[in-house]
Amino acid sequence: MRLIVNKIFLALSIFSALVGLAFLGWILITLFMKGLNSFHFHLFLDDLIDGGLRNLIVGQFILAGLAAAIGIPLGMAAGIYIQEYGRGRYANVIRDLSDIMMSAPSIVIGAFVYAIIVVPTGGTSGWAGAIALAIMMIPVVINTTDNMLSLVPRELREAGIALGASKYKVILDIVIKAAKVGIMTGVLLAFARIIGETAPLLFTSETSNYFTLDLSESFPSLTVSIYDLANEPEKASRDLAWAASFILTVLVLVINLTGRFITRNKK
Amino acid sequence: MPVMHIKNFSFTYAGVEHPSLKNITLPIEKNKVTALIGPSGCGKSTLLRSMNRIHDLYPGNKYEGEIELLDFETNERKNILEIKKENEFIKLRQQVGMIFQKPTPFPMSIFDNVAYGLKIAGIKNKTELEDRVEQALIGSALWKEVHDRLNASAMGLSGGQQQRLCIARAVAVKPEVLLFDEPTSALDPISTGAIEELIVELKKDVSIAIVTHNMQQASRISDYTAFMYLGDLIEYDKTENIFLNPKEKKTEDYITGRFG
Repeated sequence: MRLIVNKIFLALSIFSALVGLAFLGWILITLFMKGLNSFHFHLFLDDLIDGGLRNLIVGQFILAGLAAAIGIPLGMAAGIYIQEYGRGRYANVIRDLSDIMMSAPSIVIGAFVYAIIVVPTGGTSGWAGAIALAIMMIPVVINTTDNMLSLVPRELREAGIALGASKYKVILDIVIKAAKVGIMTGVLLAFARIIGETAPLLFTSETSNYFTLDLSESFPSLTVSIYDLANEPEKASRDLAWAASFILTVLVLVINLTGRFITRNKK
Repeated sequence: MPVMHIKNFSFTYAGVEHPSLKNITLPIEKNKVTALIGPSGCGKSTLLRSMNRIHDLYPGNKYEGEIELLDFETNERKNILEIKKENEFIKLRQQVGMIFQKPTPFPMSIFDNVAYGLKIAGIKNKTELEDRVEQALIGSALWKEVHDRLNASAMGLSGGQQQRLCIARAVAVKPEVLLFDEPTSALDPISTGAIEELIVELKKDVSIAIVTHNMQQASRISDYTAFMYLGDLIEYDKTENIFLNPKEKKTEDYITGRFG
């Protein structure tokens, strides 16, 4: 009897796994077929106004890079605070808040930044988009830093102190080094997450058909443009949206795999 | 004259009502090995961790009594329980080093591990650093094994080598006292033997206090032994007297294995 239950259970798990994988495969295959169909090298050379994607890809990276430049230091500092300095309730409140922020719907964050930045400054801008993405990123970085630092054995901190190092030196020289690989992986995964976001950018940076590096105006974004292009009636626009989706997926996949690769190699 | 003198010392952990150590008086003799033995929970590690005030990493603990430390430079005795300033703590920990149960190599190269304490002590000159690192590694019987890979990561060493590296790291800053908190309980017998030999060798230059669960180890390497039980110091004497001629019934019961 137990054997039969065991087999039924095994069969059910395999079935569910296959269903999940089938849909994933379906998505990827559709994306690859449709994407590759309209894929052409000139997409990387021309801007959207000329039927290419160059400005969008560059813009998306600038937005995400800027968000990372704001979000990583802030998130890491907060993570270090709650793990190493914060005590008791105060640290726990920050930790809980950060967890809640992590599950906040991205469109809400977009709306929030719209209200506090876009409205007062009088229009959508690259800055607003980057800040929205940074807000998405901060709780993830806090969480990773917090978790990875908590894995560093207590004795390592004590050994540093026992050699005469002060607390901040022990944290900077020893604890962070010991947790480096884990933190780097987490940060990279957080980056992979925000680079594919649409909702926070939808009414903060919007998008632009032209190449620009001016962050004070509407800024080209791959994801927002996919959304716009997919809504256009002409087939050419929709084909371009497929190609853009394909490129975006490959980018995110590469970043994700790099993250996993680092962890596997260093641990 | 003892290098450290613990006098009427009591210690209470944060948030606990009863003291974990009660009225302990114990000398740590110069250039000798003093072993602290006793069953788990008797307070021997707590006592050891008071001697460099590593307890202060976690706030709220209460110290009473005195722990006097002889300063070799000024030849004055100072109560380390009065220390409050950061720079005094740094000095205390340079005078009183510590080796932990599990090896604690830092995630950096072998050289940087040993140089870490020296850099904190303010030594910047590269040749001097190299000299001191080499001496420390020779002194901890590790030089032969690692001299050709000083820039390799310390994490790649074996457990016994890592522990000797930690000893080298502590010895490099030329402390007066070294505290060993069960330094061999995570090691195999051969590495244990090497560490024990090293401790006996080291007492030429430093005074040593060692917490151990292993009574053979205490009898092999220590000159003095203190037996502790439930936060009290039951008996302190020359090691041979403790093991051959204990005065207290409890000491005798413990070393003959009747409890513990």
